Amino acid sequence: MNSTEASKLPEILRQYEAEILSEWLQHQLSSMKLRSSLIREADLREQSRKFLAHFGHAIRSGDDIGSSSWAEVRELLADLSRTRARQGFTPSETAAFIFSLKKPLFTRLREACGNDIESLAVEIWALTELVDTLGLLTAEAHQRSREDVIARQQQELMELSTPVVKLWDNILALPLIGTLDSERTQVVMENLLQQIVQTGAAIAIIDITGVPTVDTLVAQHLMKTVSAAGLMGADCIISGVRPQIAQTIVHLGVELGSVATKATLADAFRLALRRLGATISRTDPAR
Amino acid sequence: MDRIPILKMGPFLLVTIQVDMHDRLAMMLQEDLTGRIAAGGATGVLIDISSLEMVDSFIGRMLGEIAGMSRILGAETVVVGMQPSVAITLVELGLSLKGVRTALNVERGMELLRASVDESEATYGGPGSQR
Repeated sequence: MNSTEASKLPEILRQYEAEILSEWLQHQLSSMKLRSSLIREADLREQSRKFLAHFGHAIRSGDDIGSSSWAEVRELLADLSRTRARQGFTPSETAAFIFSLKKPLFTRLREACGNDIESLAVEIWALTELVDTLGLLTAEAHQRSREDVIARQQQELMELSTPVVKLWDNILALPLIGTLDSERTQVVMENLLQQIVQTGAAIAIIDITGVPTVDTLVAQHLMKTVSAAGLMGADCIISGVRPQIAQTIVHLGVELGSVATKATLADAFRLALRRLGATISRTDPAR
Repeated sequence: MDRIPILKMGPFLLVTIQVDMHDRLAMMLQEDLTGRIAAGGATGVLIDISSLEMVDSFIGRMLGEIAGMSRILGAETVVVGMQPSVAITLVELGLSLKGVRTALNVERGMELLRASVDESEATYGGPGSQR
């Protein structure tokens, strides 16, 4: 938009704002017939009106699109893309919001330029460049908000998959599900240590029934957790070692040190109770 | 220059670290503590690090060394009250304090010390005997 002194666009926008808005809305509504469940017409009208107002204002300033006079437009677009991404619009539907503005604007430009083909071409090129840049902005914002959603879900998944359960006085259980990478080990470790402090547990049972494979790295992560718990004064028992995993561990020559391991959580629990000097007994059914 | 106080509780020595440990302080503690064990014939040392927020490899190694020295002088060492973040740091540094006994809090640490003293009495027939 460097040739602003020649451009008729600011004047057109000022003069025909209402007409452009209604044409644009009609265009948007007809192309989004199927998605009317996702957004209300009133909302769309409000969004479009606001955008057009900011757009006209920014264009009249005659500045470059990266400048501060476009800040409001960019913000509005980013906000809109975020909302639409959350509402379930596809990226192309989101970008269509801005691209559908081309048609009413082009129509006005053609009317304004009349027979002057030369200047019409210049105007259209400038406008296309502008609208495309804005369209790319929406696509980018849409993408970013989708990535945010994925990151948040990953975080939630991580927190959900590492619960620490209190089994008994002074006995905690940590059922691990899924592969242990270093990031998850960190979360697991922090959760476990925090719970040890809170509950004052003396024994923690780490159940690896849900861990699909144990390689040297996973074993190393496990041992880290065990030694960290040990530093806090809690003993660890590893349970849920499946036959295949026992075989892998021995074949790989993984050193589990002096950590007690058991095949099932029940065995580990029994061992923990014995260490604490507690017993479970069956009441006589004849009584 | 402040010093870390060493309190005597019966046959045990109690060290509570309440300031940021720097290297000089750690060295001094090592000297003071070994001196006190040798002089008083303590059978157990309890180091409370619950207010220690930060450790580096040096402090980690010092804790291990103090335990080793105490053992040679005939006293069992228990480190109590380690913060989760400190434990994680030590593990990441590769220092798992082998040979140092740990407990969650002072109470548990005392129990552990008493148990170990009882055990050594049963085995060797006298308090303070070499292990």
